[in-house]
Amino acid sequence: MMTLLFTMDLLLVLEKFLLIGAVISFALVVAMYTTYAERKIAAWMQDRRGPNRAGPLGLLQPVADGVKLFFKEEIIPIASNRFLFVLGPALAMITAMLTSAVIPWGEYIEVLGRKVNLQIADVNIGILYVFGVVSMGVYGIMIGGWASNNKFSLLAAVRGASQIISYELAMGLSLISLLMMTGSLSLKTIVEQQMNGSWNIVYQPLGFLIFIICVFAECNRTPFDLPEAENELNFGYHQEYSSMKLGLYLFSEYVNMFISSAVMATLFFGGYDIPFVDESALAASWGPNLTALFCFMALFAKVLFFLFVFIWVRWTIPRFRYDQLMDLGWKKLIPLALANMIITAVVMLLIKN
Amino acid sequence: MPLSEILFWFLTALALFSALMVVFSDNPIHSVLWLIMVFFAISGHYILMNAQFLAIVNLIVYAGAIMVLFLFVIMLMNMNTDAEPQKSQWMRIAAAVSGGALLLILVAALKDNAGAVSRTSGEGSIGLIRNLGKVLFTDYVLPFEISSVLFLSAMVGAVVLGKREKNSKPVNH
Repeated sequence: MMTLLFTMDLLLVLEKFLLIGAVISFALVVAMYTTYAERKIAAWMQDRRGPNRAGPLGLLQPVADGVKLFFKEEIIPIASNRFLFVLGPALAMITAMLTSAVIPWGEYIEVLGRKVNLQIADVNIGILYVFGVVSMGVYGIMIGGWASNNKFSLLAAVRGASQIISYELAMGLSLISLLMMTGSLSLKTIVEQQMNGSWNIVYQPLGFLIFIICVFAECNRTPFDLPEAENELNFGYHQEYSSMKLGLYLFSEYVNMFISSAVMATLFFGGYDIPFVDESALAASWGPNLTALFCFMALFAKVLFFLFVFIWVRWTIPRFRYDQLMDLGWKKLIPLALANMIITAVVMLLIKN
Repeated sequence: MPLSEILFWFLTALALFSALMVVFSDNPIHSVLWLIMVFFAISGHYILMNAQFLAIVNLIVYAGAIMVLFLFVIMLMNMNTDAEPQKSQWMRIAAAVSGGALLLILVAALKDNAGAVSRTSGEGSIGLIRNLGKVLFTDYVLPFEISSVLFLSAMVGAVVLGKREKNSKPVNH
């Protein structure tokens, strides 16, 4: 029975493994070059040159940074909890990666007469899965901050965790109005609906605004980077970390940015939909593989745009104070999201009758 | 042995082991982390029963939100192994008796409902979000709404308790 099951599905398992490997390595490379883009764009905004020594235009700078982090001395504080101290950064990175499983990167490609879906798992609870993983992301911060046995790390971890929990609520509420329109939780179905109609941003501009603010807070990006507020907390929850463990924490922020950009593009901006082009006609004339490539490039262009917005905001807007942050989350965004939900429901009922 | 059965036994063993570790860990933080493992194992069971919605909501609400609050409280109160208060002998006996009584009731309830025990493989679609929503909002709409009112009143109570009184002096920031 077991052997039968495995021989039948061996190809599928292999296919999924290859896909997961491809998605993860792609996410890592993109995250690597987002650090480069961050420094270059910051330099451009502040009228500097930015990194330009390693390689042409400084393109090898992220590689140099990575190598530097790997060769630094690994320090585990003697008063820390060893196991949890190592578990913290690992969890941060794993949860950053896990979300990529439900994002559709394209329709399908044909390899050796086999139809390969460009989505790791099309589960019917797609968006809820994303929320589940996001709520696990708190543990990376909390465990790391606590295990360091340092009061600044602990304070930063508590700050980070309460910030993430608070903004998760507004994020969920802002998505309810979107889900009322799509009637499905599967990201693939949502993209297909947008390919046939118009993008969801047209119907849900307020929902998108709330969602993107919450995404900034979930990724701990400026103006919500209070867990890392260096003038109050030295360095935040990863103060005691060194070498690649620090690297994983810093890097997981960029992976999170990449993945959440992809989620935003998928939910509100048509996912892998090429604007003003009929993909099925394209697939008929060019074949599915080339079409999938172009679809993926369309998605990637949207993701790059969002990554630019992340960086742009970071170097433009100053940090919130902590009570302002909580005020915005609980007293402004949640009522706004609820109002948006009620308005959407009323309008949908009126259209139906 | 089919794959689902292997998974079932693995998850069961994991859940029981983690639950025991929750009780026997010296460090309260470790207890909380083991409890999170229990929730993961139970969510795995839900998925085996094709109840994906329950599985993910269990993770979001219990493992994601409630356990974080547990961690908050434990971390901020700085509870350590040495700080654990020693309970009196009578307290332990009372706890054992009441826990045993609860176990007895649970076993009796499960024994009466033998049909539910055999339904463990991937059949049935009641756990899918569409069916669950339909059942909740048609057949069980009254209990559903009443329990949401209960939650609301609990929330209002928490806010009232947590609010600073108007004439008391604000704490300096």
